[in-house]
Order: sequence, then structure tokens, then C-alpha cells
Amino acid sequence: MRTEGALGLEAHGLTVRLGGRAVVDRVDLAFAPGAVTAVLGPNGAGKSTLLSCLAGLRRPQAGEARLGGRSLAVVPGKERAHLLGYLPQSPEIAWSVDVRTFAGLGRTVRVGAFGPSDVDRAAVARALAVTQLTDLADRDVTTLSGGERARAHIARVLAGEPRWMIADEPLTGLDPSHQLDAADLMRGFAQAGGGVVVTLHDLAFAARFADRVVVLAEGRVLADGTPAEALAPDILARAYAIDARWTSGAAGPLLEVVARR
Amino acid sequence: MRRAAPLNVIFGLLVLLAVLCAISLIAGRVWIPLDRLGAPGDPQWAIITELRIPRTLLALAIGAALGLSGAVLQGYTRNPLADPGVLGVSSMGSLGAVLTLYFNLTAPGETAAFAIAGSAVGVLVLLGLTGSAGGATTFLLAGVVLNVIAEAGVSLALMLSPDPWAASEIVTWLLGSLSDRSFTDVWTATPFIVAGGAALLMVGRDLDALTLGETGARSLGVSLGRTQALIAAGVGLACGASVAVSGVIGFVGLIVPHLMRGLVGGRPSSLLVPSALAGAALLLAADILVRLIPAASEVRLGVAMAVLGGPFFLWRLIAIRRRFA
Ligand SMILES: Nc1ncnc2c1ncn2[C@@H]1O[C@H](COP(=O)(O)OP(=O)(O)OP(=O)(O)O)[C@@H](O)[C@H]1O
Ligand SMILES: [Mg+2]
Repeated sequence: MRTEGALGLEAHGLTVRLGGRAVVDRVDLAFAPGAVTAVLGPNGAGKSTLLSCLAGLRRPQAGEARLGGRSLAVVPGKERAHLLGYLPQSPEIAWSVDVRTFAGLGRTVRVGAFGPSDVDRAAVARALAVTQLTDLADRDVTTLSGGERARAHIARVLAGEPRWMIADEPLTGLDPSHQLDAADLMRGFAQAGGGVVVTLHDLAFAARFADRVVVLAEGRVLADGTPAEALAPDILARAYAIDARWTSGAAGPLLEVVARR
Repeated sequence: MRRAAPLNVIFGLLVLLAVLCAISLIAGRVWIPLDRLGAPGDPQWAIITELRIPRTLLALAIGAALGLSGAVLQGYTRNPLADPGVLGVSSMGSLGAVLTLYFNLTAPGETAAFAIAGSAVGVLVLLGLTGSAGGATTFLLAGVVLNVIAEAGVSLALMLSPDPWAASEIVTWLLGSLSDRSFTDVWTATPFIVAGGAALLMVGRDLDALTLGETGARSLGVSLGRTQALIAAGVGLACGASVAVSGVIGFVGLIVPHLMRGLVGGRPSSLLVPSALAGAALLLAADILVRLIPAASEVRLGVAMAVLGGPFFLWRLIAIRRRFA
């Protein structure tokens, strides 16, 4: 890896126009490793578009995404793949391969010319263990249930041992217990020095597990701060057109949606 | 990750190939008993060296080229119905070759060069169309269009051909065959097939990554531009050179990866070497069969493959339809 130490991920005036409209509109954001940032916002707010720019997979029309101070447009694909693990919103799986092989795809740029080494195999085994897929390792990945498959995708990203995890709705389809597990995984990843940018739609869940929340609406950053600041009732009213209030529950804040505006 | 393709399958295929090669040398209109094999000077020896060895080598090389190209094209398009024939790569190659017959360019190198150019244009059109958006449907539709264009071109060449000899030569050649090929044909085609095959064997890891779709593959660090260049060069060289020597032989590239998927699993990189070997075995077996069918004149290999492959293709389509129904 060329860049050691803190490796920041930033958006500078990032603008993406699709279908004649700015879907992401002059977004400035800086993410530091060691924290989990949840990007929230209504459907069509531009979250996925923003994340694919941060993952270096989409060229913005204006502005740029930077990794460690360098524009992602000039970071070679292989180096980018070492540093950034990306989990798209609706990932495709074209062929029937076993879960272990599938998770191993996350190490595509790490595996040497003569096939996987013990280091590679160990990393895949760890990723399967923490996502509780060890027992399913020999199953055909296309036969997994939706939630199991979602975990296989997380395992694939973890197996690549990236410095950043950019995950677009990774919790969709997970049962409550596995949602907590996945959230713990992301927190653990951040505590170990990695950076996490994640989108999700469960506001209360985001409030409990994210260090920082960014609210996006119509391509603009509406709020950016601690969960309490960024998910204040007036912001939720503007972003989602709902009347909601926070109450305190035993395990953390609870969001009570009172009415649609 | 790429592990070695399941070695027992590869070993089994090599044994099968050895047996088929032996049969191919002794079988035909004239059966040559095994004990004569080591008797140079015998007229039967000439049959082996002048006819059967080149024919066997060509069947191996062309079968391997078609099987490998099919496996790569299926991996790239993520579609089990892709193959050089379906996607129009072979017929573009044959259009190139027919032009050389039409213009009476008879040097073997010229036919090969035109066929390779035609195939390469076909692959480039396909990749160009799917490069930006596309997807499997665009790919297959583009293949249909390429097939139509190439066939129209061939028909035009036939109709306009001033020389009835050239026309009948085109027709015979189009049916696809390996009979009466010489070592000249072997030396013309094999280097290109080997070079193309080498390029195709380099894309295994990229194809694995494409299991996650194009965005997924790019996020894993795969440069799709390099992948496409290798595939265009590899399929163009391997299929073009094959078509130049044997005419169009369909369905090998379609059937073989499908059969191998049942043996070694769906991972694209593990399919490449087994598909090359199984393609060689299938074509050689079909060619032996064709030699042994008693008929006034030899049944054309391309026709025989179509007779076998057509129903297989239909069966695949029905199976896929059921899965989506
Ligand atoms: N190719 C395209 N052409 C035109 N508009 C597009 C295109 N792709 C996306 N959009 C629009 O861009 C907007 C942002 O899309 P994006 O996928 O980033 O939203 P999102 O915030 O991730 O939404 P969701 O919560 O539903 O996943 C949407 O309104 C979408 O309709
Ligand atoms: Mg989205």
C-alpha cells in the first residue's frame, strides 16, 4: 500500500447530473477513518450516486472525490481496490459459485499469480466466521436466502481487508439479530482504524450505531453532525415530510413517527 | 481467487483425448491396423502422415479454440447462451474468408488474415455495444444482427460470383469440414489459435470478478478495457483462424462450457482449460463419427455438429424459460 496513516475520503463540490438534473449537487464532505458515518435521506436523494463516486466507480461532472488527498480519478484501479471495499445496493451474482469462492472475490487484487496463498485463505475464513457463514461456506451462493446473501456480500468486502468500507444499504433484508451483528462488524471495522460510510433507511438504528449522520435531500447535504443533531425533528420534517419525535428507550433513542405532513 | 481448475477433470479429459487421437489415426474409410503404424514406406503410412495427422491436429486445435472462446464469451456476457456462432463472430469470420474466395485470393495466409479480421470486427462490435450499458440482451441481439449481416454478405458474394467454380467452392467450404486438410492448413491456423488461446487464458480472474457485474468487477480493481482488448484479440485470432481452415462449425462453444459447468462448477476461470480440452475432444469425436458414417460422400462436420447442437440449444432455451416462468 502506498499511503499509510490516516487516509481521508473526501467529496469536493461533487456534482453528478443524470437525466438533466443534478442528482448530487455540490456536495462537500470529509470522512475520517475510525468512525462510522451513516448517509440518510429519502428515496432518490442521491445516496447511492454519492457512494459510487466515493468508491471511485463514477466520474462526477464537476468536483471530485479524493482519497488521501488524491483525486480518485487518478488513483489506479488496483490501488483503489486495495483501499476501498464497495458494496452496491442491489448486487448482482451471475454464476453459481460456492460461498467461500464468492467471498474470495473480495481479494481479487491481492491474490498472487499462482492462486490464493495461506494468507488469502485465512482472510476469507475470518470474513466467513465473523459473518457467521462458516457453516454455509460450501453452499452455492445463489441458493442462499436474501439475508444470508447480504451477509455473503459483507463477507466479500471484509475478505478484501480494505481501509474503507463503502456500503449501500447492507442491512436490507437482515433479521434484527443479524442487523445488530452487521452493525457491530462495521463498528469493529471502524474501531480497528478503518473508515465506514454506510446508507440505510432505519433512522433509529442509524442513531444508535453511527458516530456521525449525514442527511441528503435532493442531492444536497441537509444536515451533518452527531445523530442527535442531524436527525432533529425539524430536519426530519424537511427531509422526509414527517412529524417525528425522539423518545428515550431502554437501549437508546427511539423515533416515534407521529404523522405524515 | 483462482485455484487450479479441478485437476481430475483435466486429467480425465487428457486421457479421453489420447484415446480419441489414437482412434482418429486408424479410423476412416481405410482402417489401418495398429501394427502398421510403425511401417514407413507403406502406402497406408502416407494416409496417416498426409491426411490423418493434420486432420487430427486441426480438430484438436479448432475444437479447443471454439470451446475456450465459448467459455470466455459466456463468462464475459454472464450468459450461458453465448458462443462464437450465436454471437455472429464465426459468421463474420466466414464473411471475411468468403471474400478471399470471391476475389480468388488463394494463398492460405490470405484467407486466414481475412477471416481473423472479420471475426475481430465481430467481437469489437459486440464489445463496443455492451461496453457502456448493454447487458446480455443487447449482446445477443447484436449477435443476431451480425449473423444477418454476415449471411447477407456471403449470399451476395455467391450471387455475384462470376465464376461458378468459386461459387461452388464457397458453398462447400461454408458447410464446415476437416476432410482433405494438409499440414499447410495446420501451420496456417495453429499459431494464431495458440496466440489467441493464450490471450483468452489471461482473462480468467477478470471473468471471476465479473460474477459481481461490471460495477462489481471494477470495484474489485479489474480494468474492463484490458479484459475487452484481450477477448477481442483472443476470440478474433482463435475463431478467425479456425473458420479460415474449417468453415463454420457451430455449437461447440455453446455446448462444451455448459457440460463443464456441471463438472467443475460455475466459476468462470475454472471453466477455461476444461472447456478447451473438452472442445477438442468433442470436435475430434464428431469428426471420427463423420468419417465412419456410411454415405456416398462424407457428411460435413459442420452439418453434423448442427444436427447434434441444434436440439441441445433448444433444450437449453426450454430449461432457461422454465427457470424464469
Ligand atoms: N441513469 C439515470 N438517469 C436519470 N436519472 C437517474 C439515473 N440514475 C439515477 N437517477 C436518479 O437519480 C436520483 C438519485 O438516485 P440514487 O440511486 O442515488 O438515490 P438513493 O438516494 O440511493 O435512493 P434509494 O434510497 O431509493 O436507494 C434518483 O431520483 C434517480 O431516479
Ligand atoms: Mg440507493
